Amino acid sequence: MSALLARIVAHRLFWPVVMLVVLLVINLVAFPGFFTVSVRDGHLFGSLIDILRNGAPTLIIAVGMTLVIATRGIDLSVGAVAAISGAVACSIILGSPEPGSLATVATAVTVALLISLVLGVWNGFLVAVIGIQPIIATLILMTAGRGVAMLITEGQILTVNSPPFKFLGSGFWLGVPIAVIIAAVVFGVAALITRRTALGMFIESVGINPEASRQSGVRARGLLFVVYTFCAFCAAIAGLILTANTAAADANNTGLFIELDAILAVVIGGTSLAGGRYSLLGTLVGALVIQTLVTTVYTVGIPPIATMVFKAAVVTVVCLLQSPTTADAFSGFRRRLAVRAGKGVAAS
Amino acid sequence: MNQAPPTPVVEMRDISISFPGVKALDGVDFRMFPGEVHSLMGENGAGKSTLIKALTGVYGIDAGTITLAGDRVSFSGPAQAQAAGISTVYQEVNLLPNLSVAENIMLGREPRRFGSIDWRAMRRRATELLAGLNLDIDPGSLLGDHSLAVQQLVAIARAIDVQAKVLILDEPTSSLDADEVAELFRVIRSLKEQGVAILFVSHFLDQVYEICDRLTVLRNGKLVGEYLVDELLRIDLVQKMIGKELTTLDDLEQRARSVVVDDSDAAVFVNAAGLGRRGAINPADLPIAAGEVVGLAGLLGSGRTEFARLLGGIDRADTGELTIGGTPTKLRTPRQAISHRIAFSSENRRDEGVVGDLTVRDNIVLALQADRGWFRPIPKKRQDELAQSYIQALNIRPGNPDALVRNLSGGNQQKVLLARWLAIAPRLLILDEPTRGIDIGAKAEIQKLVFNLAENGMSVLFISAELEEVLRLSHRIVVLRDRHVVADLENDGLTVDSLLALIADGSVESDEPVPDVAAGASVAAAGPSTGSGHDRSQPPTDPTNPTIEGGAR
Repeated sequence: MSALLARIVAHRLFWPVVMLVVLLVINLVAFPGFFTVSVRDGHLFGSLIDILRNGAPTLIIAVGMTLVIATRGIDLSVGAVAAISGAVACSIILGSPEPGSLATVATAVTVALLISLVLGVWNGFLVAVIGIQPIIATLILMTAGRGVAMLITEGQILTVNSPPFKFLGSGFWLGVPIAVIIAAVVFGVAALITRRTALGMFIESVGINPEASRQSGVRARGLLFVVYTFCAFCAAIAGLILTANTAAADANNTGLFIELDAILAVVIGGTSLAGGRYSLLGTLVGALVIQTLVTTVYTVGIPPIATMVFKAAVVTVVCLLQSPTTADAFSGFRRRLAVRAGKGVAAS
Repeated sequence: MNQAPPTPVVEMRDISISFPGVKALDGVDFRMFPGEVHSLMGENGAGKSTLIKALTGVYGIDAGTITLAGDRVSFSGPAQAQAAGISTVYQEVNLLPNLSVAENIMLGREPRRFGSIDWRAMRRRATELLAGLNLDIDPGSLLGDHSLAVQQLVAIARAIDVQAKVLILDEPTSSLDADEVAELFRVIRSLKEQGVAILFVSHFLDQVYEICDRLTVLRNGKLVGEYLVDELLRIDLVQKMIGKELTTLDDLEQRARSVVVDDSDAAVFVNAAGLGRRGAINPADLPIAAGEVVGLAGLLGSGRTEFARLLGGIDRADTGELTIGGTPTKLRTPRQAISHRIAFSSENRRDEGVVGDLTVRDNIVLALQADRGWFRPIPKKRQDELAQSYIQALNIRPGNPDALVRNLSGGNQQKVLLARWLAIAPRLLILDEPTRGIDIGAKAEIQKLVFNLAENGMSVLFISAELEEVLRLSHRIVVLRDRHVVADLENDGLTVDSLLALIADGSVESDEPVPDVAAGASVAAAGPSTGSGHDRSQPPTDPTNPTIEGGAR
């Protein structure tokens, strides 16, 4: 039993999951009805559903970010890409004679997503072909992207009145929020494509040892194009959800600081910023931790002005728990557990 | 010549250093005399850099004593060693290219006035130091704007500013051309006259014989001996560096030599004609027949790895032609080489070979999968079969395909790397030092494997610092020296001694103007080299203007 416990403690997702559980329990204590999920008007309803729905954009972006980070990269431009895609979609819908028609919304969404592919290729080009450090390369689009979004919206907040578009952000299908379904699809597709093909192995291989991968014939350049493009695509999807939710494109504020939440989710999920092995499941847990944290702030009654400080405190704790120094300290604890179980030293 | 003064400035006695699982230095003695240039010689893993790091305080010593100018010392860090007068200039110039020359020279020791940096004094001091080295450059210019050679000299200026008694130059010439080397040597000689004890580490034998007075040979962490350069023939030096090892595989040797290889043109799989790359390997020819094992012999830095990298598509050749299976081909990437069924297994297992954080299985299928492309994954079942079969065939331990490669021993990592290349069914397998740093059992297994592969028609290009191994496995042996191919011989009646002679003194088979290396070599072949550096074996530099142009490149 203790050996099993030792193995569970050693698992890379142990601390993130513990953190999630602790946050949920805090919420439950502060608000006993927290776990209640009810059905109203045929829609699932409750705090847990809110966490899932509000966390969907962060999760979607974090999925793309996970793959980028696994290649030793980072993508700071996701927030800006989200703003651009929202701006593009809204301006198309506004410019159309029938803003409420399904065809208009489909066109708007398609064009917004296609543009995000171009933006992703741009990032991939800077990183893979020009060889600029990812943090700098994507900083370019992070800064310029908001400006582009401003140009598209002409400095206005574009408010659209289009039920099909609104549906993307706040609709339900079979009782489940659309945003959650989209996030689940993105997550599933990413997991399937990277783990059912050799893509995931190549991404990890390039992230761990680029030169050995090159000598083994892995095409790192093409791979970088793929991950940065996918990441921008994810950002655009998230941008559409965020914009649709408020039915307004705000070039300045759509997806503001979402890159930080996404990176945080990836790191909390146990994927190292140094690249290499990644865990999409970890990212899922990470994104949920972040969203639960935000919810907790409101439930517990922490003043909104202290939200950032509270968030930082939690992140500090998670990072401490995952640091090698702490791992060393805990490995002694694990060893004692394992020895007590008579199974020798547990592999860490 | 200087008479060796009776008291050494540095005396290291009975130094031992262990790392987990390895005895890096085992009871080594080492001394340096003021006004003398001393060289530390040995192949990879001999313990040269460990000894240097012990002297400079980077590593603590497990046993032994270090005496500096008569005082027993024990450094707990490089800063202490430097304060005591031991300065080091590393191979990679580790200065700051974005700061000025003066700032680099004075970094950390900036002259201060009222608590702030006295820029004028700093410039003045830097100018003095540079003048002392006859280096005419503006101390205010950015370091990064200068050539590597000048940067190296700036690093030396920095080193001697701390009143160095001992100056350690670790591979200072590896990225310099002949003129720059001459310039560096001029500086070394003038420092020598000032009584500085200099440790000059280089893989270039000619340079060692030109500049050094005394040398110490290490092998496998043990002291082989200390010699005066004038009294040690090159061939003896090479022999002492490489040493002899008892072989357990004599039968292989006999079999290898008895195999008749059809080396008519039809059977030639890969043919390199004048293949070369600037700064790496001079143009050289190399035909390799199907089923032939060609050994590359030469010291580290002789161009053996550089040549193999061209054939493996790792680096691009800038001259010459490569013909694969009768078709002229240009290899631009390793990927192209792999598609021609040419596999290159790097000597640098950790940085260029295995992917440490991936599993044994992933590492084995990596190249095969890369060749298929990401969209056509090898079915999981097939991956397991491949992994299992190679784990068994190569006796990889632990035999768990899910183990992370970084947790395996060096020998087993090497086997995983071999498995990766065997999985693509190569027609030419290039093995660069496949047996370095692995235990004797794994070594024998890998040697046997090479032999069996060749019997089944695979061509093998085999590089090893151990000549016995090269002799045992190869049908043909190509000898390299100072980036030239100096001999291409059937392995018929060759001995370690005859190979050593070629490695040490072999003449360059080339129509080009004979470079300085050959001149030095003939001196050594005729008799003990003077080693004084007064023979003008370097290309002439204008003696009236012994300064390096300081302008920005």
